[in-house]
Amino acid sequence: MATITAEQVEARVVETLASFGPDADQITRESTFEELDIDSLDLVELAQVVEDDYGVVLKGEDMKELKTVGDAIDLIVSRAD
Amino acid sequence: MKRRVAVTGLGAVTPMGVGAAALYERWVAGEVGIVDGAGACTDFEPSELLTVKEVRRLDRFSQLALVAAGEAIADAGWDGGLPYDAMRIGCILATGIGGIQTIENQHDVLRDRGPQRMSPLGIPAQMSNAAAAAISMKYGLKGQVFSLVSACSSGAHAIGSALRMIQYGDADAVVVGGAEATLTTFGFGSFNAMQALSPTGISRPFDARRDGFVMGEGAGVLVLESADDAAARGATILGEVAGYGSTSDAYHLTAPEPSGEAATRAIELAMADAGVGPDEIDYINAHGTSTELNDVAETAAIKRALGEARARKIPISSTKSATGHLLGAAGAAEAVATVKTLLARVIPPTLGYEVPDPDCDLDYVPGEARPLLMANGHPPTAISNSFAFGGHNVALVIRGSHG
Repeated sequence: MATITAEQVEARVVETLASFGPDADQITRESTFEELDIDSLDLVELAQVVEDDYGVVLKGEDMKELKTVGDAIDLIVSRAD
Repeated sequence: MKRRVAVTGLGAVTPMGVGAAALYERWVAGEVGIVDGAGACTDFEPSELLTVKEVRRLDRFSQLALVAAGEAIADAGWDGGLPYDAMRIGCILATGIGGIQTIENQHDVLRDRGPQRMSPLGIPAQMSNAAAAAISMKYGLKGQVFSLVSACSSGAHAIGSALRMIQYGDADAVVVGGAEATLTTFGFGSFNAMQALSPTGISRPFDARRDGFVMGEGAGVLVLESADDAAARGATILGEVAGYGSTSDAYHLTAPEPSGEAATRAIELAMADAGVGPDEIDYINAHGTSTELNDVAETAAIKRALGEARARKIPISSTKSATGHLLGAAGAAEAVATVKTLLARVIPPTLGYEVPDPDCDLDYVPGEARPLLMANGHPPTAISNSFAFGGHNVALVIRGSHG
């Protein structure tokens, strides 16, 4: 499997989150899910996309700790290694 | 003494267009919203009326409901804020079927990609209370909020239940209605299998040539308030839900009991609840589905409940001649149309009605709209009937504003 870069993951995560409601230009690594109005149901959908694209399985307990978009990107990149 | 219940807001999304005005005004003008045998809400563009998040999270039936509720709430003058304690405002948003498109979509995912790929939004989108929950969350309504289900009488049952909630003092206001969106592969297949749908695709209630109902989709929503409270806050009173009666046939899963005995009782109960007699009824908005059995049984029930002589003098028309059958939304959309009829004092016709059936021998307002003549002075009073698969019967008595 080709190496996955943090940039690729970030682009995919932002694209996916934007499809859930917030404007893409509003989404940064520092954005909190709370301020983006992204809730636990959205994060389950994000996890499905991540599993499809990167083979990374994120469980409910993994997602609970995530506060910001950067937290999610870092977790995905670390699991994908 | 029962608390009186005012109608202060109306909203609708129907095959006639987006808005309560489109429903009533196009019907009065003799226009039909049915195209190619279906009453689809083709003017309804969810992405123009709702946020990305709302569109993504709501099945079409809830999208229709949320837009109709928004119109009704704005019409009631609530858009600046709720006029009562939020815990004293309820919402009953009924549906016959619920989020069937969502179920179909998720079943495709299940079959093609497996259960692990089903959406976490599947259940919250398809559940029948999804529309009520969405309205409650958007507008902060914190009283009794739920859906109810009784097939084609769902919307009317919702209005009756909301009436009781306010009459009894459990709520000061209720946002109430019905929504349905079953124009899907599964919906058409299933209703066709019952041979319930019109093979000609024409909705012509009470006409001898009628051959089944035409399926439609849409939503109707009313804002009901304690009449005293509405008057005290200076609200515009559009009408009054004055009476409610409901019975069941206990007879057959889909066919109405032919004598209309239980349906008769529902109409009698609604008139008694409103404290009106047959001479005070100026108009009947019929269930009038364009099925062979309903239109005969309904005619029989109207005659029994009002007396044959009086029944012959009351103009009767069916909204379904213009919209098709909105199933769980029908009773609510038709209540909206009835309030508009009483406000405008103009009765829309039963469109397409030309050939009399000897078993349907009342005045179904053929041809064109006509002025509503008040039999007993102001305010004008109407009955709106809804009957359903399962044998459920609902009658509402709706009074116009004093105007």
